[in-house]
Amino acid sequence: MTTTIRTRRGPSSGSSGSTMRDRWAEVSRWWNARSRPEQWGLLVPVVVLIYFLPVINPPIITTEPATDFSIALFNAAVFALIAIGLNVVIGQAGLLDLGYVGFFAIGAYCAALLSSPDSELGVRFPWLAIVPIAMVITMISGVILGTPTLRLRGDYLAIVTLGFGELVRLLADNIDPLRGNRGFQDIARPGGSYPDGTPLFTQTDAQGFYWLAVTIIIIVLFLMGNLERSRVGRAWIAVREDEDAAELTGVPTYRFKIWAFAIGAAVGGLSGTLFAAQVGFVNNQRFDVTTSILYLAAVVLGGQGNKVGVIVGAFLVSYIPDRFQFEPEYRFLVFGLALIILMIFRPQGLLGMRQHLLAYGRQAYQKLFGAGTGVAPTGLTASSRGRGDPSETTPDDHAGTSPRGGGE
Amino acid sequence: MFLDRFWANTINGLAYGSIYALIAIGYTLVYGVLQLINFAHSEIFVIGVFGVYFTFLALGFQPGAAPNLPIGGIIADLLLAGVVGMVLAGAAAVVLERVAYRPLRRRNAPRLAFLITAIGASFVVQQLFRIFRGSNPEGTIRLLQPEPVFRVFDAPVTNLQIIIVLASIAMFFAADGFVNRTRLGRGVRAVAQDPATATLMGVNRERVIVITFLLGGVLAGAAALFYLMTIPQGAVFNGGFLLGIKAFAAAVLGGIGNLRGALLGGLILGVVENYGQSLFGGDWRDVVAFVLLVGVLMFRPTGILGESLGKARV
Repeated sequence: MTTTIRTRRGPSSGSSGSTMRDRWAEVSRWWNARSRPEQWGLLVPVVVLIYFLPVINPPIITTEPATDFSIALFNAAVFALIAIGLNVVIGQAGLLDLGYVGFFAIGAYCAALLSSPDSELGVRFPWLAIVPIAMVITMISGVILGTPTLRLRGDYLAIVTLGFGELVRLLADNIDPLRGNRGFQDIARPGGSYPDGTPLFTQTDAQGFYWLAVTIIIIVLFLMGNLERSRVGRAWIAVREDEDAAELTGVPTYRFKIWAFAIGAAVGGLSGTLFAAQVGFVNNQRFDVTTSILYLAAVVLGGQGNKVGVIVGAFLVSYIPDRFQFEPEYRFLVFGLALIILMIFRPQGLLGMRQHLLAYGRQAYQKLFGAGTGVAPTGLTASSRGRGDPSETTPDDHAGTSPRGGGE
Repeated sequence: MFLDRFWANTINGLAYGSIYALIAIGYTLVYGVLQLINFAHSEIFVIGVFGVYFTFLALGFQPGAAPNLPIGGIIADLLLAGVVGMVLAGAAAVVLERVAYRPLRRRNAPRLAFLITAIGASFVVQQLFRIFRGSNPEGTIRLLQPEPVFRVFDAPVTNLQIIIVLASIAMFFAADGFVNRTRLGRGVRAVAQDPATATLMGVNRERVIVITFLLGGVLAGAAALFYLMTIPQGAVFNGGFLLGIKAFAAAVLGGIGNLRGALLGGLILGVVENYGQSLFGGDWRDVVAFVLLVGVLMFRPTGILGESLGKARV
């Protein structure tokens, strides 16, 4: 059967996505061939442009007058941060987490409880002090959720995390000190002001918050990049590609899965505090499972396992509804259709890149195949694109003809 | 308080649980055959709910007004509405499979891609209902008023509860018999067990997949009828969401991929949820459901009965 599908698929797979796919592969190959300083040099102008987006307020891209452009951008940035965090869990370690919004909620509620005058704790911490506390608390909650559940696999994990996300929301609904729908007002904002003295971080103008969010994203990306290239990152990929094989070759899979959960959770908590600070108000309305599913959509849409991809995906998921707001009736209808169509034509996501182990040790690879030639060896392209034969088997296994489906 | 209402809760829970179980079978069948969480199954159920509701309207019933019909007429109307709901939901499930899943299967898409198209499909269905019928729930139409028929330990058992539990169990046995005893059912089990070998042996995998979706959809349509007969909420565009999650939880609880597990999980979930509601109050009902799920999975990671649609696997 597999053969029939392959042959049937042969000609068709070459037609639609392939040009775009090749172009992306070429770009990524070219990019990987640059040296570090060159990469930085090219990145800086892009980053500067990103920083200045709300100031430039480009005419076609802008979401005004429906939504303030800086707020739309800030929301997109928070979404991107969430997607980066979720990408650690789904894209790197391959754990399907449908309750990620729970961590976001915990972060937001930490900020609310520690700084709002409505809180029964009666403390007013500055925002900067809240961030590490919230991150530690969400990290702990990630470990608490992960310890019993990470022994489960695949879809069981998915439903348990979904349950966790719902639980967090229901607790916010039902526990009295968490104030349900009434919520918390006046959550602490970071200090700081423009040179002319107007405050930098306000609710109506999210420009300062946007800059803060982008800065945080860059820091997180930097840390994540290092983490991915470390032993931890390699362990995650090993778990994702084949958990049994990883365990057999001595990777303590359980421990690394908990690490992935905890780190993902901490990033989720961080984004929650950021969100709470900008809006200045937290109640139980933002944290339903649908939101969680939108996060997942952002990650899968952009291409799981690809940091640039998930940022693009998050930007689209957050930005498109803001931009095309003129028909709010049809917003989610169009979004749903877009999801289906996109997945049918690009099932790997926009910038899909399921890196395999080999793609990681770039230096190691260059040593093996001759460094500095600038021309990446074919093996590298195949694996880093995630389109070559090695990856062919992975999606296939998951698509339903899985040997696991037969076993047990 | 809890003890006073113990039997009443048990009976009520069994009625709710049968509805969960019927929906859960749809999840479990598709999961058994494709290893796929059919996230849009809750929307199939909603399509069934609206199908039943519109049939009621077409038959001249109005929300709020008690029907003035002989019992035979009411039963005929209920059956008709149920059949419409089952046909619509079954057809919707087959269409969903064609539009959202088959193209991906052709392309050997990664597993998460299926999840995303399912989410997309469920957005589309929900929004279509929202656009056409607004976001307020429709009024409830009660063809049969609940009347106590007999008492168990002083707890009344109503005619509705009897109908729902008995009909659900009958449908479950029909589905179970279909999967375990008929030729087509053998095909379903074969594909669940080993798709490649099953295909080599001449089982038409695509047809089996269509049949599983159809069967799941039809049962969801039946669940829709029972839902409208007993549960206070009226038809609403997002009404399937929480119910779908709970039905899926029920399927996982019993052991996903396992038909009997779906029944058992559904009934247990319904009953425990009702106990939880009477112990901690209505707000905690859903919390209890999810805590139960997490608790069971911690001790039995593959559900109470384990996963096995293909029987020979055991």
